[in-house]
Amino acid sequence: MVRQASPGSPHVKHFTLAFLVGGAICALGQGVALASKRFGASEEQIKIIVPCSLVLLASIFTALGLFDKLGKHAGAGTGVPITGFANSIVSAAMEHHTEGLVLGTGANVFRMAGPVLAYGTAVCTVYGLIYYFFLKR
Amino acid sequence: MAQRIGDVIALPSRPVCLGQAAVGGKIEGEGPLGSAFAEVFAEAKLGEENWEMAESRLQQAAIAHALRSASCQPGGIDLHFGGDLLNQCTATNFALRQLHMPLAGLYAACGTFALSLAMAALALDSGGFTRVSAAASSHFCAAEKQFRFPLEYGCEPTPTNQRTATAAGAAILGTGSEKSGQAAPRVTQIIFGRVVDMGVKDANSMGAAMAPAAWDTLRRFLAGTRTAPNDYDMILTGDLGKIGTALFKALAQKEAGLNLQGVHHDGGTLLYSTPKQDVGVGGSGIGCSAAVLCANILPRLRAGNLHRVLFLGTGALLSAISPLQGETIPSIAHGVLIESP
Repeated sequence: MVRQASPGSPHVKHFTLAFLVGGAICALGQGVALASKRFGASEEQIKIIVPCSLVLLASIFTALGLFDKLGKHAGAGTGVPITGFANSIVSAAMEHHTEGLVLGTGANVFRMAGPVLAYGTAVCTVYGLIYYFFLKR
Repeated sequence: MAQRIGDVIALPSRPVCLGQAAVGGKIEGEGPLGSAFAEVFAEAKLGEENWEMAESRLQQAAIAHALRSASCQPGGIDLHFGGDLLNQCTATNFALRQLHMPLAGLYAACGTFALSLAMAALALDSGGFTRVSAAASSHFCAAEKQFRFPLEYGCEPTPTNQRTATAAGAAILGTGSEKSGQAAPRVTQIIFGRVVDMGVKDANSMGAAMAPAAWDTLRRFLAGTRTAPNDYDMILTGDLGKIGTALFKALAQKEAGLNLQGVHHDGGTLLYSTPKQDVGVGGSGIGCSAAVLCANILPRLRAGNLHRVLFLGTGALLSAISPLQGETIPSIAHGVLIESP
């Protein structure tokens, strides 16, 4: 009965918007990469510059209160790239700063990003072991 | 002295509503009831340092305006009933810091205002009090922080999501014998809700969780008073939203063959213009039904445009952690019958 009365998510709209916005963010990252290359950055340096600039931009947009407005419509488009990770950290930090820098911001800054860090580290450890014992020559 | 008729409690002394007021935030002020608010706060923090204190200020403002409309001083209040959505009801407790009124804090989630009104009327009917007030509030930002995600976190709301209203309502009640103008609204019957849980697990679909509680209370009220929906000018639920409303009506139709079309209205859909305002399937939050009742329904009763309104305040009794622990959402609905000649 509840399922019947509740509208489903408009998947086509969500997928399309996520694809377009997510694609645009990735294109922006690619733009940064090409520009860096032009200014003489090496491949290794570009790998650092691109994520750093996307994280910086996402953090600034979050602080300005614009990221959540975009995320509301773009969903996974803004969430899946590294921008979503930056947003989850900055938004939590902003939310809890009224409780002080240590027990507020400090304790809550990874409230949303915590699972990604915890399980990301766990998976990396497992992969590292597999790599070390089976793949490394 | 209060009399029981089935599950319903009749209050023969007919406590009277001496004054009421509602205040709201910017989005609520832009809604259909905006002009009826005593004060609209364009700034979300209301000049305070944090969301929690902002909600406290909101509730304080509603109480101050209600006292003014009843020509009453805080010192003239014998007892105050109130509540909010924050942990330990801090919005209420902090709001009452400067008012020095005896306080009985209550929690029934979004049904808190109905419970406060019911308790206020019951206290007055007991004969031990002459002036009792009721208030309740909610703040969108404070509720998001406590129950959902950080405000600036960018994620898509689910299609069943309701917006927690930034609003507060307060009413001042006096004994039935108090002179208060001919058409003053009176609380004549009340009913306390039972905790109902039909197994809804989705914390983003609270209307669906609360609809069975609203129906349970309505069914018991109609049975106790031997009345039918059409005996009322309005049956106001707060706040089921669009999905909860559809389920509530469907339950009434299925279980008792009652057609609530026309007589039933929901606070969650009255506070905002949907879909023009981006509020999901309607409003929710303690302040939503409190504001709708104080800004719209009580003034209409006072003006004689409405005569018998059954107000069912519905609350979803979940915490921020209970859905994560796999618990379903228990709900409750308290009912207050408000009449004016």
